[in-house]
Amino acid sequence: MAVISAEATRPAKAPARPRKSRTLLVLNIVSIVAGLAIWWGLSLAGFQFPTPAEVLASAWTMIGNGTLVADTGASLGRVLAGFALGSVAAILVGFLMGWYTIARGLFEPWIQFFRTIPPLAMLPLVLVLMGIGESPKIFVIFLAAFLACVISTYQGVVNVDRTLLNAARVLGARDGTIFARVVVPASTPFILVGMRVGLGSAWGTLVAAELLAAQAGLGHRMQSAQLYYDLPTIFVGIITIGVLGLIMDRLLMLAGNKLTAWQESR
Amino acid sequence: MTTPKISVRDVTKVFPVGKEDFVALGGVSLDIADNEFVTVVGPSGCGKSTLLNILAGLEEPTGGTALVDGKPVSGPGPERGVIFQQYALFPWLTVRENVEFGMRTAKVPKQERRRRAEHFIRLVGLEQFADALPKTLSGGMKQRCAIARAYAVNPSILLMDEPFGALDALTRVKLQEQLLSTWSQDRRTVMFITHDVDEAVFLANRVVVMAARPGRIADVIDVDLPYPRDEELRLSPEFGDLRNRVWHSVYHQQVKEPAQ
Ligand SMILES: Nc1ncnc2c1ncn2[C@@H]1O[C@H](COP(=O)(O)OP(=O)(O)OP(=O)(O)O)[C@@H](O)[C@H]1O
Ligand SMILES: [Mg+2]
Repeated sequence: MAVISAEATRPAKAPARPRKSRTLLVLNIVSIVAGLAIWWGLSLAGFQFPTPAEVLASAWTMIGNGTLVADTGASLGRVLAGFALGSVAAILVGFLMGWYTIARGLFEPWIQFFRTIPPLAMLPLVLVLMGIGESPKIFVIFLAAFLACVISTYQGVVNVDRTLLNAARVLGARDGTIFARVVVPASTPFILVGMRVGLGSAWGTLVAAELLAAQAGLGHRMQSAQLYYDLPTIFVGIITIGVLGLIMDRLLMLAGNKLTAWQESR
Repeated sequence: MTTPKISVRDVTKVFPVGKEDFVALGGVSLDIADNEFVTVVGPSGCGKSTLLNILAGLEEPTGGTALVDGKPVSGPGPERGVIFQQYALFPWLTVRENVEFGMRTAKVPKQERRRRAEHFIRLVGLEQFADALPKTLSGGMKQRCAIARAYAVNPSILLMDEPFGALDALTRVKLQEQLLSTWSQDRRTVMFITHDVDEAVFLANRVVVMAARPGRIADVIDVDLPYPRDEELRLSPEFGDLRNRVWHSVYHQQVKEPAQ
């Protein structure tokens, strides 16, 4: 039984790439420019849209009078607080569930149940219980981030390669060492996937929560602009939310790539 | 022979598969002397890995006992180094960090750890890759790293599960020679599993042939060839005879009961 070495069967991937990614980049730019042109065309053709220039002007005013910065700050503060708390809790609970059967048995039904409820659906209840300060919003975001990340962390712990656990054991490692030096690094990729999903979910929940109940923040700004039929402000809000979400996602992805550079292939 | 280094007494292993019981090992007895090099060959699924895992302390026998240095095996121990069929390197650690893993759990001071890791990395010829991650190594290099990692804990017993199974013929022969030269400089007790008859004869003092359903020892063949062994030896008539005997024993096993 001759086994072909793994290298021989792995496809070579390096050469074709630069060309392909250049083409993709060009297409991306073309698509964005075309999209802006269509937007501009539509607004000039009497569609109810503000032109990109009007939106820019509005953004400029909002930056000048400080509202954009203040709103962005309020929104980011909430999302980061909720996301950080949610991720930490999810990692702790996910590890406990993966490592101890007791924890799994106790936590699982609740997590499965709350996973089926959109976090926003908890907002009315949370508002009644926690009042109208910052805490209900942060709590709902916490919930969103936590639920998105916890199952993924748990999966990561459960899926750790048994051979690696055995290798650590025969090298003299006890439970504590195995956990810290094998289980944690081996499940990092899963945790990072969970955190990315969690961040998306947290961001989405935040804006919706602000639309419903807030005195500051991007969602709140758009909500009040709606009353005055102030479309440029709404556009500025939408674009800011999109850009911030994208930046945060990319930052997390970069950090993740650094942390999981050891993976065979992605 | 005084007390054997490894002593397997009537070991059975039964795995529950659904409602049925699957007998992976049906009464295996085997003694391995101190510093002996024993190879185990047999068809796929005959329980070779199961036997090795029991000796490694990763699996408990259903019946019988496995003794190491006269004491029953309970869990893994630093006197037994294991090299797995899959390389089982920690992919997030560099070659050096992998080799140092066992010494870190044994709380060997940093300086000493460095020095010993350096030594074993050189021994397996990976000094240029000491800071490389496993994903950048070829299969043969990964396996050499795994060997260095096992050696670094300084075990008196090496349990090797088809360590060269996934390698091409040339790399395999090179690693066999390297393993033998390391072993003759620094003797240990070795149990080496393989499905390659050539490899089994080339390395061993003694070849144990196993048969399947239930897993058992079919034959034990002494290899009275002197060490050091080289490529010449593979072409000698004595080697050919032994290979034929082992080959015959492995591939002409009468099947006791057909699989249901
Ligand atoms: N955890 C398990 N549960 C159920 N059956 C198992 C388990 N581990 C091994 N077996 C069975 O026991 C038998 C022996 O397995 P083992 O891995 O020891 O074979 P092997 O001789 O090492 O084979 P190979 O040469 O393919 O590695 C196999 O038929 C396998 O299906
Ligand atoms: Mg096996």
